[in-house]
This record gives sequence, structure tokens and C-alpha cells, in this order.
Amino acid sequence: MIHLLKQRINRWSILTTVIALLLTIPLWVLVSFVFEPTNDNWAHLSNTLLPEYIINSLWLMLGVTIGTLLLGIPCAWVISQYQFFGKSVLHWALLLPMAMPAYIIAYTYTGLLEFEGPVQTALRTIFETQTVNLWFPEIRSLGGAILMFSLVLYPYVYLLARTSFANQSQSVMHASRTLGAGPYKTFFKVALPIARPAIIAGLTLALMETLADFGTVQHFGVATFTTGIYRTWTGFGDTTTAAQLSILLLVFVIVLMAIEFWSRKQARYFTGHNQPLNHALPTLTGRKSALAFMICLVPILFGFILPALQLLNWSITVADTQLNAEFFTLVWNSFSLAFITALITISIALLLLYVKRIQHNPLIDNTVRIAGLGYAIPGTIIAVAVIIPFAWFDNTLDGWAREHLGISTGLLLSGTLFALVFAYCFRFLSVALQSIGSGLAQIKPSMDESAKTLGANNWVILKRIHIPLLSSSLITAFILVFVEVLKELPTTLILRPFNFNTLSVRTYEMAADERLADAGLPALLIVITGLIPVIILSKMIGKRHA
Amino acid sequence: MKMLFKTTGLLLLMTALSFPVYADIEEVNVYSARKEQLIKPLLTDFTQLTGIKVNLITSKADALLKRLESEGMNSPADILITTDAGRLYRAKKAGVLQPSLNDTMKKLVPEHLRDADGYWVGLTTRSRMIVYAKDRVKPSELSTYEDLASPKWKKRICVRSSNNIYNQSLVASMIAHRGEKATETWVNGLVNNMARKPKGGDRDQIKAVAAGQCDIALVNTYYLGQMLNSNDPKQVEAAQQVAVFWPNQSDRGAHINVSGIAVTKAAKNRENAIKLIEYLLSKDAQTWYAKTNNEYPVIADAPWSDTLKNWGDFHSDGLNLTELGNLNTQAIRIMDRAGWR
Repeated sequence: MIHLLKQRINRWSILTTVIALLLTIPLWVLVSFVFEPTNDNWAHLSNTLLPEYIINSLWLMLGVTIGTLLLGIPCAWVISQYQFFGKSVLHWALLLPMAMPAYIIAYTYTGLLEFEGPVQTALRTIFETQTVNLWFPEIRSLGGAILMFSLVLYPYVYLLARTSFANQSQSVMHASRTLGAGPYKTFFKVALPIARPAIIAGLTLALMETLADFGTVQHFGVATFTTGIYRTWTGFGDTTTAAQLSILLLVFVIVLMAIEFWSRKQARYFTGHNQPLNHALPTLTGRKSALAFMICLVPILFGFILPALQLLNWSITVADTQLNAEFFTLVWNSFSLAFITALITISIALLLLYVKRIQHNPLIDNTVRIAGLGYAIPGTIIAVAVIIPFAWFDNTLDGWAREHLGISTGLLLSGTLFALVFAYCFRFLSVALQSIGSGLAQIKPSMDESAKTLGANNWVILKRIHIPLLSSSLITAFILVFVEVLKELPTTLILRPFNFNTLSVRTYEMAADERLADAGLPALLIVITGLIPVIILSKMIGKRHA
Repeated sequence: MKMLFKTTGLLLLMTALSFPVYADIEEVNVYSARKEQLIKPLLTDFTQLTGIKVNLITSKADALLKRLESEGMNSPADILITTDAGRLYRAKKAGVLQPSLNDTMKKLVPEHLRDADGYWVGLTTRSRMIVYAKDRVKPSELSTYEDLASPKWKKRICVRSSNNIYNQSLVASMIAHRGEKATETWVNGLVNNMARKPKGGDRDQIKAVAAGQCDIALVNTYYLGQMLNSNDPKQVEAAQQVAVFWPNQSDRGAHINVSGIAVTKAAKNRENAIKLIEYLLSKDAQTWYAKTNNEYPVIADAPWSDTLKNWGDFHSDGLNLTELGNLNTQAIRIMDRAGWR
């Protein structure tokens, strides 16, 4: 029996390694560029722009860290700990800003706050002045970019922290209260430390996405490290240096993650029973209820309601484009891509994490870590790193078939939806790994051991114990990947097949042509399409905890 | 859960069905850096006229080029369309194009708007012109691109980021005419005269002039044209507060660029591809560009839109556009050194 079990485990670990290796092909393609000789673009960059790129990126990361934590954690705490007015809507509405592509929210705020926008016009009317000297903060700045990223990325922190807070057994909180700690002390001394892995996971996602962004910082005139990568590729036509810079960015991310890992001193946090006890949550009334309501409303107001109203206003009053049958195709394409990718990605993530859990093998640990790096690489670079190996594979196979079989196989994988979904999986695996991983980390290993003692094998343990306990983490991962794919732009734009269009591509093509009004409708449809699973799945999580 | 599996199965099937199937119908495959809304209507019209099906991917020029290079002779693409001459030059140099211009095309399109070896041809032209605030600047104060570096414009100029290909091309044209050293001095002067850090797109620069944040801006013609013809009264209002100035009329002429088209080396539908180019150079298609997007036709007998007519005829730079691609890297390096962000 034990022998059989061992065999199975080995097969699992081989499978895991093979999957991880195949999935990370784009990464290895990029790494292969590191061994190519550097050219004089390196000297040019480091003499001119690199220092500025690095400094801007660091400020951006610091700002987004503060912004997403301040917006995400208080909401997660009040939603998970109290009953108050409006909670049933707020708890999923807080996820809405996530469906808003960062560059789109940047455009809407530029529209709202620019000189001829509604805000400044109103101010001029109030103060009865026509002068241009009226001071007004410039939204298109580093500060503005920090604000935009914080508004659309805080849901990562919120969602993962909320899941963690809600899964923390109430008995720990009760013990804390019983021992005389007030709600604040309980929060800072008990709940926050336990939730730390989850919060860090959310923050990691937010920062990786910030680092990989190009559209927003470009519009705001903030040159970041990714600007440098793009510029090297599109300006100089230099793929090699662009790939080398991407690897440098990755190394930076790895170092950050390692520092965080060691600062935790490998402490692990488990709570007693992962099912929260069915204590009714305390109900807030009066001013406290209003305060909780406001804490949750602010991010929704600025991250979703205001920009969505601006988009709606554009699509109704000034857009040329009307809602027509063509949009159903776009919605369907976007939806099905997102759905399939989300399912595949969470399956792979679950497999990798589970094997990692049962193996205690440093090799597997690192394999999983490497597989999760895709999110920090700019989408454009991933797309290029998919084009190159896929075309190579197709052409090599074609050459072989021509020589030995006398037939041409042409391009089998290049330019297909398979290539696109593959690129998504690599890019967004990290999203699934972080959310499922933080859920899995809270399940005590003693549970596995008890089940094993009772004769259950790994598959049964996964099916009967982990998946049910993980269901809210799995749902969270699904929502995150789904919405990510829905709004993903660069990879889709570059890898899509002939005659295949999505909402995000349409949005971009209008916005890039500086037809913001016409970008409003497809952008709204992204948000609405993203809304459906967010609402359904949030209800599912809600029911489990009710 | 069963429901979930069924849905998944259905979705996977749909995916499989949407994989490209190459049947024996007349078709042509297009890789386009022109946005869908600025090419699809013409392609639909082409299909109606000829019965040739057009398959389209729109993307960024550099990505399409990378795709062409990697796919090699198995590439499905027959046609590459870009929105600047520099990318066509790069594609030609990368060896992914083939000569395709016939004598009719050469007769239709002026020499400086097409490749000397017949690899690509311009479809439309656009100029990078100066717009100025009607109430604060007299046209007599303006003269040339070179003059924009003069101290009298200190803190008065708005222009977008140097990431933009049209700025890169403008600087490349300056290198071609004035040499690298003079261009570096010029870019330094221009950067000193900027009213603010470069941000936003061309429309944003026009809005900034209208709002009084700067007095003059460098923009592409069609952006002002789109604003003047916009549904949004605020855009129209902003656009009406600026006027057009054509620089360098007494010497080389205003800087222009083209959107252009080429047949790929791997083209399997070469004849259809050439038919498509001929169609896009026809009077109907050329008129559509002028009317819909206020771009200048490359053929002589296509009528201009009212907006273009209002701006009047102008003398344009006759520099062969291949030079722009040739000098692009140098241009970016100069802009980097001068701090044009």
C-alpha cells in the first residue's frame, strides 16, 4: 500500500514538473535572450533613462502598496466581522472596480478632471472666473497614476483578506475578546497577523500588475521600467534588450518575494477549524453602521460609480457607435475566452499547489514559484515569447513533415486560440496560485494526516477535504482570472486569430484612436460581463458563510 | 456542477470550431496596424465588389512584424498595413516583404510616397502641423519647425511623448535635412520650450492650447479634423479655438508621413493581395479616407473633405519616407538625451 502510494506521488511530481515546464516556455525563451551579447542600447539606456525609470517604478510601487492596503483591508474587515446597512450589496460591489481596465479609468478621470471637464467647469462657474490660473491638481502625474492603480487593484487585497478574515475561526477572535482585548487590539494583534499571507498575496498581485502596466503610465506621462521595455522594442526594434530588461524586472520581483518570505521567518498560520463557527456577526447600528457603510462606499464610488457614469455619459451623448448585433459577438468571444481560461488556470494551479503540499520537495516548491512569475512580465513581452517558440515548433514540424512525409503541416499552433489561451494561463497562473495558495495554507496539515490514518489516499483527501474547504478560495481564483482575461489587452491584441475580436480589443482600438467616447460602450460591456460571475459567485460564497 | 461541465464542454467545442479553417475560396489575409474601424469598412466594400473574402487581424505594427518574422514562409498573411513609413522600412529590412508595385500604382502615387524598389506604397498621408491659439499667437510669429526651438516660445509649446512614432519621424526628418548635431540642438531647444511634461495624445495637446496651458502644439492633421467633426460640442469648441499653420512653406515643406501597405514575402494569395492594393488606391477608397478620417489621399483625383479644403493646400516635405525608418533609432536617442519624455 505504502509502496503504491509512493509510486503515485512520484508520478504526480513528474506530471507537475512537466506541466510547469511546458507552461513556462515563454519564460525560458526570455531567459535565453540573457545569454545573447548586450548591444549599445544598454549603454544608451543606462546613461539616459534607466535611473528615472527605476525611481518612478519604485515610487509607484510604494504608493500602490499604501493605496491598496488602505482601501482594501478596512472594507474586508468590516464586511467579514459585522452586519450593517447595505452589506449584502457592498460585499460584492467592492469587487466591481476590478473589471475596469486601469487605462480606461485613467481616461475617465482625465475626462472628469481636465480643464473643460465637468469638475473644473463647475469650479469656474462657482468662483465666476474664466482665468486659467485656477490651481487644480494634475491627475496626469505620478500621484494620479498611484491613485488610478489603487482604485482598480485594491479588490485583490480586499478579496483575499476578506476570505482570510472570514475563514479565521471565530473562536480565536472570541478568545482574544475574552482575554480583554478590544476590537482594535484584536484586529492588529490577532486577525491581521493571521491574514498576513493572504494580504501579501493580494498585494503581490496588485504590484505585479502595476509593474507590468504600460497604457496607464504612458497616458499620464510617467516613464516606468515597463516604458523602457516597450520603448526598446518598438523604438529600437530591439527584442534582445527588451527581453533582458524584462528578466531584470523579474529578478527584482523574485528578490522582493524572497525578502517577504524570509521576513515571515517561515511562520505559518493555521486556525483551528476552518469552518467558521455559526456565531451571528454583531450588528452595527446608528453612527457605527453609517461609518462601516462609508468605509465600503468610498472605493466603490471612486473606483466604479464615477468612472462608469463618465463612460455611460460618453456612450449615450457623444459616441458614434451604437449597440448592435456585433457587440454580442464581442461579448461572447470575451466571455468564452475568460471562462475557459479561468477553468484551465485554476485546475493547473490546484494541481501544482496540491502536489507541492503533499511532496515537501524544495524542487517542486521552486517549480511552483517560477510558474507563478508570468504576472510580472508585461503582456506584450509574453506575447512575443509565445510567438517565437510556437512558430519555431510549427515550422520545425512542417519542415520534418515535408521531408519525411511529403506533406506540409503549415502553422498548427501559431495564430490559434490555443496559443492565446496558453499565454493567458502563463500570465494569470500567479493570480490563481496566490488565491488558492493562501486558502490552502490555512488548512492544517494535521487534517491530511488524520485522513491518511483513516486510510484515505491523496486523491480522496483532495476531493473530500481540500476542495470543499477551499471552495471559497477556488471561487475567488475563478473570479479573478475571469475578470483578468476579460480586460486583458496586449496579449489578446497580439496573439488573436484572424477575424476574432474581443471587448477589450475594441475598447483599446477606439481609445488609441483618441475616440474615448466610442471606447465607452465596449468598456462598459467589459464591466457588465465581469459583473455576472462576480455577483453569482459572491452569492455562492455568501451562502456558505451564512 | 454537472451544468458546469456541460457548459465547459460546449465552450471547448465552440473554441475548436473557431480555429481557422483554410478552404478553397478566394481570399486574402491582412495583418493591419490600422485600427479596425479605419480599415474594415473598406475591406467589406472590397469583398462586395470582387467576391474575395478578407481575413483581418489588427494589432500593433511591431507585434505584426514579429509575427511575420517568426512565422516565416508559413505565415498566413498576404498583406501588411502600417500607419507609418518607418515600420514598412523595418519590415522590408527584415526580409518579410516582396516587391508588388505595378506600373499603374507607380503612375498613381508620387515617388516620395512609395518605396524605391516597389516593396510598399502609401495609402494616405498626414502632416505633423503646428496649431496655435487664435487669440494669443499671430501667424506671422510662426515660420518653421526649426523656429520652435527659439527662446520666444519658452514654456509655450505642447507636444506628446517621444514614445509616439510621429514625433520620432519628425525628428528623423530633421536629422535627414539638418544633420544629427543641429537636430540635437533643436530638440534641446524644443524641450526647453515645452509648457508641461509630455502627456496624453494629440487631441489632449489641442485641448491644452484651447485651455490656455500652452500657445502652440504639434499635432497630426486628422486629430484636429476628427475634433472639428466630433459629436461632442466640447471637442468642437476646443478645436475651433486653434488655427492651422503649415511650417517651412518657404523651404522644404511641412513634415508628412503615410499609412502604407505591402505584400508579404510568404503571400499565398499574391494576386488577390495586389487587387486589394489597387482597390485601396481607387478613387472611392481614397475619398472614403478623406471623408471619414480627414487623411489626405495619395492619388490626385480623389476629392478632399470640407475640413481639409478649409485648411488649404500646402507644400509638403518631399523627403523619401524610407529615410524616416532609416534614422528612427538615432532620432529616439537624441530625444532621450534631450529629456523629451
